[in-house]
Amino acid sequence: MVSVRGISKRYGAVQAVADVHFDVARGELFGLIGPDGAGKTSLLRIITTVLLADDGAASVDGHDVVRDYRTIRSMVGYMPGRFSLYQDLSVQENLDFFATLFGTTVEENYDLIRDIYVQLEPFKQRRAGNLSGGMKQKLALCCALIHSPTLLVLDEPTTGVDPVSRKEFWAMLRRFKEQGITTIVSTPYMDEARLCDRIALMQHGRIMQTATPDEIVAGFTTALFAARSANMYALHLDLLAHRNVESCYTFGEYLHVTLIDSSQGAVQTLSDNLLQRHPEFELISMEPTVEDCFIRMTNGVS
Amino acid sequence: MRQLRSFVRKEFLHVLRDRKTLLILFGMPVVQILIFGFALSNEVKNTRIAIIDQANDAFSQQLTQRIDASRYFDVTSVLDRAPWADGLLRHADNRVVLIIPANIESELHHGRTAQLQAIVDASDPNRSSTVTAYLSQAVATAQLDLLAGAQQPARIDVTTRFVYNPQLHGAPNFVPGVMSLVLMLVCVMMTSIAIVREKELGTMEVLLVSPMNPFMVIISKVIPYFLLSLVNIASILLLSVVVLDLPIVGSVPLLYGLSMLFIITCLALGMLVSTIAATQAAAMLVSLMGMLLPTLLFSGFMFPIENMPLPMQLFSNLVPARWYYEIVKGVMIKGLGFDGVIKETLILLLMTTVFTAISVRRFKERLG
Repeated sequence: MVSVRGISKRYGAVQAVADVHFDVARGELFGLIGPDGAGKTSLLRIITTVLLADDGAASVDGHDVVRDYRTIRSMVGYMPGRFSLYQDLSVQENLDFFATLFGTTVEENYDLIRDIYVQLEPFKQRRAGNLSGGMKQKLALCCALIHSPTLLVLDEPTTGVDPVSRKEFWAMLRRFKEQGITTIVSTPYMDEARLCDRIALMQHGRIMQTATPDEIVAGFTTALFAARSANMYALHLDLLAHRNVESCYTFGEYLHVTLIDSSQGAVQTLSDNLLQRHPEFELISMEPTVEDCFIRMTNGVS
Repeated sequence: MRQLRSFVRKEFLHVLRDRKTLLILFGMPVVQILIFGFALSNEVKNTRIAIIDQANDAFSQQLTQRIDASRYFDVTSVLDRAPWADGLLRHADNRVVLIIPANIESELHHGRTAQLQAIVDASDPNRSSTVTAYLSQAVATAQLDLLAGAQQPARIDVTTRFVYNPQLHGAPNFVPGVMSLVLMLVCVMMTSIAIVREKELGTMEVLLVSPMNPFMVIISKVIPYFLLSLVNIASILLLSVVVLDLPIVGSVPLLYGLSMLFIITCLALGMLVSTIAATQAAAMLVSLMGMLLPTLLFSGFMFPIENMPLPMQLFSNLVPARWYYEIVKGVMIKGLGFDGVIKETLILLLMTTVFTAISVRRFKERLG
């Protein structure tokens, strides 16, 4: 459905996207995962034809993003990172406007947006600017979907949205998949990576790995531990100073630790050493997450 | 077509829901009309004057030379007779026509009072009274010198006839000025801001990723401001007729038609500004400094162009409002027909074409 071959984009001295390759299959829910400034937005803009790449080629459903941009523009539903609807128009007016823009009506594709629309309906006379963050995103999604696009491109749709709305949002994306819509979604939240069929991990304009979340996690071959103590800051310093610690970083309320020697004896020695200074020291074995893999990759440890 | 209609509807909603915009749109013309009642005036130099010398003798030629030598006047033509003095004012851009009677020399020799007649274009009342005073003075000085050796005491009188605005109302001067200012402000500033706002808010990105031709986006932005400007012209004209007692001498449809042309010129300029500016603030700054200020200074509305140094006079030719100002003055106050303002109309047409062409070329279908 989408094919990206060696795309590069530079803004002055900043290389925003560097030689990126990936493919998205029809009906796939594809995630671009990476922190702010990784080049996700630039890449999505190139795919949606609003930005020209310096180098490389990309196509959507066989249409070249430079040559056939008009064709692509009529088949893509795009939701940019910023809330980009008309704040001074009501929910209903925004929907009607975007439906007409794509030469359709709200009624015609009502099935597609029904689930979201029923949540918006009580507020349909309200100005879009007065909606909550989650509601705004739902409205923007409705507007991007209103013309029944074959490809849906969402740029950080859940940034700045509360956890409950985020969850609902992803549930909706799963439902679009069932309806056969191909979706590319970017997000800085690593926990959302699990919800995608396949993901590309991006950092500094490059894709470090493209695979299913399971494959990515399976690539984490070292044993992973979570450590905790009363004084987390001191524990962090002590762990970094320990000769058997390969890496140690904050992860939620734990410190995630990988060891040079993960044998049972070595782990026991580490625990003993740390218990002397941290009586509440606790070390448990962990299943790695996508975020652990990402951190491991960006640190250059392999 | 349905897309365009829906788009225009949306633009109207934007305008109508923004109180500040509304206030500027409809409050400004009223306020300006009332404020500019106290228009500024200035010294007038190089007034174009045509002389109808019916005497054509040594005395009248000397008088003509004197007037021409004065820095206030510029003699454009000397004719021995004029079947139609009005034509010299209408079509040759003269502000004054001075008629020297055939019998001037003999009258003066016999110690009688000679009567000169001056016909003055009074559509700009301040300027016309200044011009009249200068003319009387120039004639008086010439009389002192030329008649110094005369035995008999003789006098030259100048009878003045004001045309186009015989009551010397102030309004004729500033109403055309306010019209060009308001249209400039509404069309250039408001349109460019409205277009740039879409860029700034990120909605342009969504609009670009749609089957709608992006240029249609711009056109639909322009239509509401076109219609609102028509309303504005109507309200200004109504105010000037009802409140200021200023009749529209020429044809109203012609005035309206040419105003539409100027509106389109301004809208084209607004589009041009929107392709240059990246933010609403920048669009406003460019419109105010780049468009409004020149309109104020170089349209001839506040400061007579004749007074300016040559480079500035040349520059004023580039200001669209200058030509529109001439058109409104011509049609509304002097009652000129289309043939009287053809030159100005053609210049505005040319400007519109150039501005539109540049903005179409500069318009980007992509970001960055």
